[in-house]
Amino acid sequence: MIRYAGKRLLSLVLSLITASIVIFAVIEVIPGDPASFMLGVNARADTLEALRDQMGLNDPLHVRYFNWVTGMLTGDFGTSWTYKTPVVDLVNDRIWVSLPLAVYALILSTLIAFPAGIIAASRRGGPADMSIMGATQLGVAIPNFWFAMILVLIFAINLRWFSAGGFPGWDNPALAIKSLTLPAIALALPQAAILARVMRSSLLDTLGEDYIRTARAKGLTRRQALWRHAVRNALIPVLTIIGLQFSFLLAGGIIIEQVFFLPGLGRLIFQSISGRDLIVVESVVMLLVFVVIVVNFAVDIAYGAVDPRLRSKS
Amino acid sequence: MTHFTKLLSASMLALTASMASAQTDITVAIQLEPPNLDPTGGAAQAIDSVLYSNVFEGLTRFMADGSVVAGLAKSWDISDDGLTYTFMLNEGVMFHDGTDMNADDVKFSLDRARADDSTNAQKGLFADIADVTVVDPLTVQVTLAQPNGSFLFNMAWGDAVIVAPESIETIASNPIGTGAFAFSDWVQGDRLELVRNDAYWGDAPALESATFRFISDPTAAFAAVMAEDVDAFVGFPAPENLPQFEADPRFQVLVGNTEGETILSMNNQMPPFDNVLVRQAVSLAIDRQAIIDGAMFGYGTPIGTHFAPHNPNYVDLIANSAHNPDRARELLAEAGFADGFTTTLKLPPPSYARRGGEIIAAQLREVGITAEITNLEWAQWLEEVFKAKDFGMSIVSHTEPMDLGIYANPNYYFQYDNIVFQAVMDKLNATTDLAMRSELMAAAQTIISEDYVNGYLFQLAVPTVAKAGLNGLWLDQPTAAVDLTGVSWSE
Repeated sequence: MIRYAGKRLLSLVLSLITASIVIFAVIEVIPGDPASFMLGVNARADTLEALRDQMGLNDPLHVRYFNWVTGMLTGDFGTSWTYKTPVVDLVNDRIWVSLPLAVYALILSTLIAFPAGIIAASRRGGPADMSIMGATQLGVAIPNFWFAMILVLIFAINLRWFSAGGFPGWDNPALAIKSLTLPAIALALPQAAILARVMRSSLLDTLGEDYIRTARAKGLTRRQALWRHAVRNALIPVLTIIGLQFSFLLAGGIIIEQVFFLPGLGRLIFQSISGRDLIVVESVVMLLVFVVIVVNFAVDIAYGAVDPRLRSKS
Repeated sequence: MTHFTKLLSASMLALTASMASAQTDITVAIQLEPPNLDPTGGAAQAIDSVLYSNVFEGLTRFMADGSVVAGLAKSWDISDDGLTYTFMLNEGVMFHDGTDMNADDVKFSLDRARADDSTNAQKGLFADIADVTVVDPLTVQVTLAQPNGSFLFNMAWGDAVIVAPESIETIASNPIGTGAFAFSDWVQGDRLELVRNDAYWGDAPALESATFRFISDPTAAFAAVMAEDVDAFVGFPAPENLPQFEADPRFQVLVGNTEGETILSMNNQMPPFDNVLVRQAVSLAIDRQAIIDGAMFGYGTPIGTHFAPHNPNYVDLIANSAHNPDRARELLAEAGFADGFTTTLKLPPPSYARRGGEIIAAQLREVGITAEITNLEWAQWLEEVFKAKDFGMSIVSHTEPMDLGIYANPNYYFQYDNIVFQAVMDKLNATTDLAMRSELMAAAQTIISEDYVNGYLFQLAVPTVAKAGLNGLWLDQPTAAVDLTGVSWSE
């Protein structure tokens, strides 16, 4: 087990190093000089030079990479060129929009997908199944930003139940949750559609297993067998999908954050790229990569702990 | 039932009472968020939009009509040789941190802007200053190296505001100025809040507090105004929705002028645009009204030179480049391009450029010119077009006020090099006599119009959508500013 964990850890470190090199290289080759972007068209050459010096842009590439990586190792993610605030503070502000939004959307999508998937599977081929599958087909096909606009049109502009966007902050939790509701629904529905389909097919698979037949032969009704044995076993692939969806929701809320003008991580990355605030882009992307890699590491370790076959294979 | 009626009438009364006292807060939306809050250290217009005149003031200031009036300086004397400006400062002006604003702060601010390590985006405004001397706490003397007719105008820019020396370290996140509003809070990515400065030296504003929000997506902007999340949207990004707001009694729509001359710029040093006949042909091939209608939904004023039509010194030279595709084809043939030619058209992100570019490419195709469109981000545009001058044509709105001077700089990205024009501009810069200046500006406008340096398209309009009861917002944008000092709600 220790050897297995050690190997996983080594691969985690290698992945992080590779990721840091790729991120740094890709972002450095994007054309556009950050200093001239900040100072605009009337800037004089000496002013530009002074700013480049201030931002450390005149240092050689490898020095800048080294400074960036060693900074991160000591918890210093650099200072945003445009905001002139430490990147850590920026992320710290934004994460409290993006993370709750992702969790909110995940809860909503699970609450919708589980019952829908179970009903569809247990009434396979019936009208309930047909209509649920039809709805999920639609849910998968509709882009979430378009759905978001429709929600705004109905609930913000016509009914005035919600504001059209923005985030009031967590001082008033009820208001904060209310302002995240439309974005969370917009994010959740397409995810719920996918999840419901996975839930249904996974359930159908388990319903065909021998142990379900044995359970029925013991005298359980179809419904009892479904709830007592099938649902729990069908959950494993569903949980894997939920894990994947969570990282998508955290990093992928970019468009939804734009539509609802929410001050989240996605919008921070978007603004930083167009503003050539390279240090913010590099550090935030690296942070996201770190989160994903560490989550994968934890999952690997967990798999290894529960399933001895994986340990011996490695 | 009677109880219910009483309750109802009581609550009606309460409602009317609360409606009678006018609202004293405002939520204003603009498209872009300021990257930081230091107007003296970056070019981003959003910094001025939020802070100009609200939080920061200069020696002089722009009014809504573009005129320059006294600001922190209540008056000034100009020596006969035009080299020495003596500014008399207003008494009792305090920074928001409670310290006095005096001549030392003026000297500090001007010296800082023109220092060697200055990162002021408009350092050129201060280039002629030779020396700044403190005469007494309320008098400051500025000596110029050479006469500069636009010095008072230059001092009105947002980049020339007076800052507090002790606040410089944190100015980017905590701006300390002398204005009628003090900075209160900034939730980055979402909103910025200002509160009334009760110790303000001038007339107290009607508003007690103001919130700026930043919404760049056109659909989100429409939703925010329709849902009445914001009271006003200055620089509304979806002109196609304006008729809908105009028809709605809840809103008022103001369409004003900016200082943005929108031009089809041409690389004057690169063949075939080094030939004036080719440039003239391009100018005649363009149908301005079709571009304004198609790209700007009808909002915008056609121009025939690089000058704002609302400026009293504007000369109408549209006739020089009136739409005439037949003549354009003749000119091309005369220049040796009877079969036309192929060139690049590099477009920055704003919709005037992207939408306008498609229309212009189609119009140029009519006369045989193939314009290959490339869409660029701003940072790329600055690198490729502005810095490396690697372009044939581009479309940009030049939003700096009174920027004729860019035509006198042969290294400016469109690379126009004309000694006669440069001499006129030198003379203009050295002249303080208003009638003479007016004459020289007319001459300058005429030269660049007849030289067809660029295709002059239209003056960029700025639409503002506001709630019906809101008064005092600027109609025109002589500088990027959402000046709230004169804004109030009608009761």
